[in-house]
Formats: sequence, C-alpha cells, structure tokens
Amino acid sequence: MMSFRPLALAAAAALALAGLLPAPAAQAQSPLRIEITEGVIEPLPFAIPAFVPLDAGAASAAAEITRVISADLTGTGLFREIPASAHIARVTSFDSPVSFADWKAINAQALIVGAVGSAGDGKLVVKFRLYDVFSGAEMGEGLQLSGSAKSMRRLGHKVADQVYSRITGEGGYFDSRVVFVHEEGPKDARAKRLAVMDYDGANLRYLTDASSLVLAPRFSPTGDRVLFTSYATGVPEIYLLRLDDPRPQRVTQGQGSMTFSPRFSPDGQSIVFSDSRGGNTDIYLMRQGSSPVRLTDTPAIETAPSFSPDGRQIVFESDRSGTQQLYIMPASGGSAQRISFGAGRYGTPVWSPRGDMIAFTKQNEGRFHIGVMRTDGSEERLLTASFLDEGPTWAPNGRVIMFTRQGAGASAQPALYSVDISGRNLRKVPTPGSASDPAWSPLLP
Amino acid sequence: MKKTAVTAALMVAILGLSACNNPNRYGAGGAGAGAGAGYGSGASNPASPEYFRATVGETVLFPVDQSSLTEAARSTLNGQAVWLNQNTRYGARIEGHADEQGTREYNLALGARRANAVQEYLISRGVAGNRLSTVSYGKERPIAICSEESCYARNRRAVTALQGAVGS
Repeated sequence: MMSFRPLALAAAAALALAGLLPAPAAQAQSPLRIEITEGVIEPLPFAIPAFVPLDAGAASAAAEITRVISADLTGTGLFREIPASAHIARVTSFDSPVSFADWKAINAQALIVGAVGSAGDGKLVVKFRLYDVFSGAEMGEGLQLSGSAKSMRRLGHKVADQVYSRITGEGGYFDSRVVFVHEEGPKDARAKRLAVMDYDGANLRYLTDASSLVLAPRFSPTGDRVLFTSYATGVPEIYLLRLDDPRPQRVTQGQGSMTFSPRFSPDGQSIVFSDSRGGNTDIYLMRQGSSPVRLTDTPAIETAPSFSPDGRQIVFESDRSGTQQLYIMPASGGSAQRISFGAGRYGTPVWSPRGDMIAFTKQNEGRFHIGVMRTDGSEERLLTASFLDEGPTWAPNGRVIMFTRQGAGASAQPALYSVDISGRNLRKVPTPGSASDPAWSPLLP
Repeated sequence: MKKTAVTAALMVAILGLSACNNPNRYGAGGAGAGAGAGYGSGASNPASPEYFRATVGETVLFPVDQSSLTEAARSTLNGQAVWLNQNTRYGARIEGHADEQGTREYNLALGARRANAVQEYLISRGVAGNRLSTVSYGKERPIAICSEESCYARNRRAVTALQGAVGS
C-alpha cells in the first residue's frame, strides 16, 4: 500500500515519522540527564472539508464524523489542520473533480474528502478519499465504511486510522478504548470506580460502583473483558468482568493471601498476577480452569508482570537486588535476567504490542518518569518527568503511551496523560473528574 | 446481645473515636460494637478498644521503603501484645500502608511486608496467630495528605485494627 505513495507526501511523512522513531542510544551516566525532548516537529498540514451529507438526515452525522477525524489526526501532534475559513475550494460533491491548485495555494499537503449517508436501519455509510495534494494522486483506495448511527464516532475513528496509517506506514490507534479508575473525594477518603471510555474520552461508562476500592484494570487481548483488583471482600483480590455484562467474577480465592496486579496472556487463556502471603509477594500464572503455578520464589517483592506479545516471556519488577528493577523470565518461570541498570528505581514494566520495547515507571532523585527501553535494557529514554507519573499503557500501535500523573500537595488529583514514544505531544486525556490507572484496549474489531 | 445494647456500645465507641482524635475509619467500628458492652467502655477502661487505640497505640511507623521494626515500633507492639494477651476476645486485622512515593503495585507489596512484620512480632510475643490477619492498602489510604516528609512519615504505618470477639 505504501509502495505507490507519492514522493512529496512520502518525504513529509518520513519527517513526521522521524519523531516517532527511537533516537540513537542516549544512555548517559546519570539517566536523569537523558534529554527529554518535548519540542514539536513540523506537523503535516492537511485539509478536511466538511464531509458531504448525502441526504438531509445525515447532515449532523457528517459534521460530527468530520470533527472526530480532524481531532484524531491533530491530537497526534503529527498533523495540523488548515481551518475551513482558509479554504479556497468548496467540496459540494464526493465525486466532483478536486481542484488541487486551490489546496496547494493554502499549503495543504494532504486532503481528505468524504461523504456520509443514511443507509436505513439506523445505519450510516461513510466514504472517503485521501489525496496527496502536491502530486494530485489519491493515496490508497477510496473506502466505504458502514455502521450504526449510534457508533458514528467509531466510523470517524476508523477513517482517521486509515489516514494515519496510509501517511505514516504505522498501524492506527483511534478506534480503541481505555479502561481506568475514576476517582472522587479528598486524598484521605478517595472513592474509586472502574470506567471505560473511547480513547479520546467520549462515551464514558462506569463499570463498578464506588462501594469497594478498585485498582489497575487490564483489558483482555480481545478487548471485551477486564481484569482488575478489588477490595470487595476486605482484602485485594482479582476479579474479571465482561464489558457487556459488568458483574464481576472473582478469579483468585486465596486463603490468607492478597492477589493483585493481574494481566492476561496474549492468547487470553492465562492470567499472570502477584500473590502476597506471609509478607512475601511472588508472581503466579493461572491457566483457565487450573490452579495457580508459582513463577518466582525469592523472598523479594516480585510484581507487575507483563507478557511479551508472543507469550514466551514475562517482564516484571523485583527488589531482589535491593531496589526495584526490571527483569525478564521465561513465561514458565525460571531464571530471570535483569534489564534495568540506570540510577534509581524501575517499576510497572509493560511490553509493547510491537514487541520491540518495554515501557516503565522510573523513580530517581525524588522525581517520577515514564520511560521506554529496548527489551535488552538498551536505549533507555525518559519521556516525562513530574512529581508522580506512573503506570504506562501502550496504544495498540505501540507509538503512544498513556499513564497516570498526580501533582504534589493535599488537594492534588490524578489525571490521565498521553505522550508519544519520542517524548513529544504530551497531552492531558479528558475525563470527567480525576482518573488513574489507564489501560488501553487493542484496536476494536 | 440485645440490639439496643449493641447500638449503645457503638455510639460510645464512635464518641470515643472522635474524642481521642485518632480516627480509624477502617474496621474498628465492629470491634466496639462486638465487645464493648459487658466490658464497660471508654478510654479509661483498660479493657476497652478505646483504651487500646488511645493509650496502647494501634499504629506503628516505618522508615522509608523499610518493613523492619524500629525500637519505638517494638515498644508499641509490646504493649499491643500484652493487651491482646489480656483481652483474648479480640482479634485484629493488621493493615499495612505506604506513603505516596512509590508505584501502586510495589506499595501494595510493601504494605503487605509491613503488616506481616507486625503480625510476626505479635505472634513472637505470644499472641495466637489465628487471632490475627493482615491486609495491605499500599498507598491507597493515607491519613496525612500533604506531599512532605511530615505526612509521608505518618502514612508509612501499620495499624492493628481490633476486630470483634473471635473464637468465643
């Protein structure tokens, strides 16, 4: 698909992509000195004239879908929309010829033209084409998508994923969800409940009430189930709920033990988690319908396990060396290799869905960072710095990370932030009220 | 026990809580309700949960990222053990806590270590293990909310929260 990408746009896309690619190894002696670049690369200018409504009933949907696509693309920091007020040409029909000179005149490099129509049965049809303005060529095939009017934002996200993917050569991530912990109340009487929303904050829905403390939800590989930790019985234990039937089922039933920090295996057949008994926290693996198998057996704290995408390895944190560090072991347990060696403490490792990197929380000299490293520990880069950043989760394309940020002080409330893996485009994710512990779903089917 | 007696005891327990300015909002109400009546109540009664909280001390503190017991903590726990050995109708749930300077999962594990350190010490001082249980709240339940060491020091704690009569 990218092979016939026109040169002009390909060059611009390469520029945009350069910001996403890992910088050459910058492992300084003191990791706090690692440069965190938050400068903005020159975003690619695009125009998206309002999608044409094919019938009177589709007018508001056409406007909404156009807004969703524009917000998705500009939200990446890689694209800049040229406002409609600057447009010279008017697009009044999906099939009329494109006057490229008019789009060139306002320096649009990409042009997205689309139309939205009603298809009966409460369904909508969206058509779009993506053009390279300078060569005047279409990028990829025009596409037509259909879906229920109730999920019209998803149609917009799907178009935006196509555009993003065609221009960057990367997978998209806009048609995805985030499950997180909604927080309310003062720091010393915080109420928490699970919530799920679209990646951009839309369509929020609560999954639990605030009657029990809940922590750290995690999606299943198919995005339809959520593992989390709840104090419903008085001690932390792992529960599972289905998004379409949010009645939590208890997964672990230890006597005199606490379980937390669960994650699915990539095949969805197993979960890996921490079990704390007698003051010692170890990692266990439980296949569906089987008893848990212990994977670590040191007197140290072993927690925050995360599978590699091929399911063969597990990255986790342990303080067996005296401080929290990151280790990788076979998924069946056994000897573990330490991969973090910089100054400070490393925790909450999460394997990238692409398999190439591990995101983590780092604590050093009183500051918290979200960082990434190669799976052998090389090329560590810190993407953020603040009083308290923690708990990274990967976008489905492995290019963006979401995490929890909390400020200092008695009235500080946590919020969700996202940043791309170059450290650019740090953004607050809109949530109603305070939020923590985000987990990004895979792309929706 | 009649319901009215329970209610009365609970009221006294709540008053005792606010008076001693040492609120324990997690799990202590049941203790007052379960056993206050019949033993007398109020902080002046050495057999009362209020006395345990106000005079013996239900909380011990820990240094940064440590679960080892300080001299001061041992001294408090010695008092707890004596009290528990004299008031065998009570069990206790030991809550381990951490300050906010740490990741959520690690702090849960650290709180579990702290609670376990207290439990083992109390057992070593003669308290039957089946009267004690532990839970970790990690950094989820701070009692002091500033982001300074003065608050962190109070949050790095283990609380021996009495529970109503066990095994009787």
